[in-house]
Amino acid sequence: MNAIILSAVLGVVMMFSSVFVKNKSALKHIAAAGLLVLLIANIADTYGCSLFKIDLHNMLRFDKFGLFFNTIGIGATLIYVVLSGRDIEKSGNYVAEYFALIFFVLCGLTLLTSFGNLLMLFIGIEILSIPLYILTGSDKRNLKSNEAAIKYFLMGSFSTGIMLMGIALIYGGTGSFQLEVVRSVFASYKGVSFLEIAGLLFLLVAMAFKVSAAPFHFWTPDVYDGAPSVFTSFMATVVKAAAFVAFIRLFDARVTETSAAVDWKMLFSILIISTLLIGNITAVFQQSVKRMLAYSSIAQAGFMLFALFSLNDMAKEGLLLYAAAYSLATIGIFAILIKMKDVSFEGYNGLAKTQPLLAATNTIFLLSLAGIPLTAGFFAKYYMLASVIKTGSYTWLVIFAVLFAAVSAYYYFRVIQAMYFKNGEAQTDTITPGFKAGMVIVAAIIVIVGILPQTILNWFYF
Amino acid sequence: MIPVLLILIPIVAGLVSFFLKNEKAAKGWSVIASLVTLAVSLAGVYEQNAAALHADAAWLPTLGSRFTLHLDGMAKMLTLLTGISMPLVVVSTIKNDYRNAGNFYGLLLWLQAGLMGVFVSADCLLFYFFWELALIPAYFLCSGWGGEKRIPVTFKFFVYTFLGSLLMLVGILFLYFKTPDHSFAIASFYKLNLTPAEQSFGFWLFFIAFAIKMPVFPFHTWQPDTYEQSPTAVTMLLSGVMVKMGLYGVIRWILPVFPAAVVRFDHIVIILCVIGILYASLIAIKQDDIKRLVAYSSIAHIGLMCAAIFSSQQVGMQGVMVQMFNHGVNVIGLWIVVDAIEQNQGTRKFSELGGLAQKAPGLAILFVIMAFANIALPLTNAFVGEFMMFNGLFRYNGWMAGIAGISIILAAVYTLGMVQKIFYGNTVAATENAVDSDFSVKLMLAILVVVIVVLGVYPQPMLQLTNDTVHSVLTKIHSF
Repeated sequence: MNAIILSAVLGVVMMFSSVFVKNKSALKHIAAAGLLVLLIANIADTYGCSLFKIDLHNMLRFDKFGLFFNTIGIGATLIYVVLSGRDIEKSGNYVAEYFALIFFVLCGLTLLTSFGNLLMLFIGIEILSIPLYILTGSDKRNLKSNEAAIKYFLMGSFSTGIMLMGIALIYGGTGSFQLEVVRSVFASYKGVSFLEIAGLLFLLVAMAFKVSAAPFHFWTPDVYDGAPSVFTSFMATVVKAAAFVAFIRLFDARVTETSAAVDWKMLFSILIISTLLIGNITAVFQQSVKRMLAYSSIAQAGFMLFALFSLNDMAKEGLLLYAAAYSLATIGIFAILIKMKDVSFEGYNGLAKTQPLLAATNTIFLLSLAGIPLTAGFFAKYYMLASVIKTGSYTWLVIFAVLFAAVSAYYYFRVIQAMYFKNGEAQTDTITPGFKAGMVIVAAIIVIVGILPQTILNWFYF
Repeated sequence: MIPVLLILIPIVAGLVSFFLKNEKAAKGWSVIASLVTLAVSLAGVYEQNAAALHADAAWLPTLGSRFTLHLDGMAKMLTLLTGISMPLVVVSTIKNDYRNAGNFYGLLLWLQAGLMGVFVSADCLLFYFFWELALIPAYFLCSGWGGEKRIPVTFKFFVYTFLGSLLMLVGILFLYFKTPDHSFAIASFYKLNLTPAEQSFGFWLFFIAFAIKMPVFPFHTWQPDTYEQSPTAVTMLLSGVMVKMGLYGVIRWILPVFPAAVVRFDHIVIILCVIGILYASLIAIKQDDIKRLVAYSSIAHIGLMCAAIFSSQQVGMQGVMVQMFNHGVNVIGLWIVVDAIEQNQGTRKFSELGGLAQKAPGLAILFVIMAFANIALPLTNAFVGEFMMFNGLFRYNGWMAGIAGISIILAAVYTLGMVQKIFYGNTVAATENAVDSDFSVKLMLAILVVVIVVLGVYPQPMLQLTNDTVHSVLTKIHSF
């Protein structure tokens, strides 16, 4: 509860601060301080210290899983603001508003991690999405940014429409919006009406759209590519992970095998296969690192979908670990990408000579995304694969996934090859020592989690 | 304690090396570090106290994995090989110039740490960790300091082995969920009771990873290119030690964990190996580049070792143990000569070489002994190993042994052909002004020659050292 109310309040505070604070660079400090307060409040909430006592009639339910994810999401945002705050300042004239929008996104995120009612899911998705439409178009003079915003808005509203349709159908079938009702639909083998099944399928489509799972991924590359890089970084990490948490909350109580005339496992395995296939194969052919990262985020979504496929304790732990590992690494890669003058692969040529430290940390982030041991990304992938093998069936799906993990090494290593082994003079903006220190800290977190994931995993016993 | 030191010393030394900006300092430092590691691995061989050969610490309690290291006979032998190779490699190439020498030697030491880790870990997840970690420094070394086509070639190498290890990871997880206590410990894996179908599934997942690493035909295509393009110091470690990871993995994990599948599929593997042996030997005859010739010859030798393992005969398995060490030593010797020729003459092509024996007699004598060892002539170490391996293979199936035996003749053809083309005949432009190689090169070769002859005449210590592993592995197979 703390995080929902505080993030909304802090968003309003940020908006008004633009009136009172004339110094633009002070804003990012205010935002960082606000995020820190939010983080502490949420951690306090996790351990039973709630500031607000409101009767919610089960509309929202706060469990450890959601609150842990809040911590990861807010923490990642804090790291993001610290690393890229300077670039947010540069991206336009309405700096305070950008920060305010980020707080509103977090408000949506905290709703999504704790909804107990389908209406709250809908509100959460909308609160999360609308600020993003604005942020995508924040580079007002840039045609691509405008195009991306309009595309995102149209496609996003379309998918919310489908979601609303699904909710309405479920309401029609059961007469309730409560999450337990959805669960009972999943749990029962008989007596389920067509309305309920159709409603669930609509919800599945809408959520697959939000997490950019193929074949509902078409908006992703254009939006990620067109949006200003600072905001792409935020969208591709924290926001995407939040959508996944909502997804798993919604489909959590699915019975293990087939239920209610729908083979959910088969349905999810088709989603996973198409997502891995399209994300990885298309990423191989990209010429721009930014666009490659957009497709790689689709591919990574394919891996995260394994959590929804297997739905056991390993899957839930693994999703949190995956969200943390993936967000940290991607935020790091984007923080460097924003500093690059040229974001094509050639633009990275020779970065190891001009900026050895940035190249080294970027390598760690890329290795983590590829899932090499000693990085957090390895344990993230490990958990996802293990969760499927634990279910005892569909082992072929795992083999399929590792084939594509090997493909993913191809495009991540292209960046490493450009930085280290190709000749060139990579041009960057001026790099401050503080930025370098930040990168080293993020890389260190990734390596420490990679050696001793226990440090994070010990929290996860909910 | 000893296994921990074997990993820790190269890691720390490598880390220090990254901060050494002076080339001389980096070289000196890595010589010292590798000699210390060698001393520790020798101590491991002679250590009788079981507690000193074992290390165990909590690592990932919730996942059921512990940081368990153990040195048995095979591990002792292979850590000794790794320990010996490193100073040989560093000293024999000490005259070579590497830009950013600190980074080069740092990565080389980390590669050694990864190799040591693979050989001593007694926990499957830990084994996987080191298996992958050995690959990353190798990738950066080959791509950073290799030849002209290094980037695509080493990338092929990387993707190939990465794919293999991911399949193995699936296999490891598959086995992990079958263990009653959900543990990655080697003891739990050995106690598994798998159905034949499960064994076959796991067998192939593991075998592909190991087959790529060895490499066994038809997974070998990365190998000649990588050996050719890598800087020779790295090629020495790759072919001398890293390929042993695959053989080691088969003996350590496949044979004891999937005995039924081994009995079921051994003929397929052996046929692949025999095809590989003949195929690689025939191609080796046609090569014009010394590095490629040695690379193909290495495929043939490894193929024979793999076939001997799967014949599951006592004598064959003992032969493999001996030969793993011998092949490592011999192939490093060949690479040292190759590097000496390339540094002095500026070419590795037979067509541009000839008559070098007149200009560099010392090198020629040492090289001829190396070549004899490569053909496995009696009195050289390789003879003992190959004889035992063929013996084992013959007991398994006479036809297989017979066909594989053709490779002995082919090995003589390409190896002696190589000696003749490089060292005899008239001098040509490249060798006109040749001088004999440096003292450091000749010193290393002389040490290797001593090892070759001593182990060729008296292989008993090596057989005794690895006897416990051979015995325990074969009881597992034969009890089936």
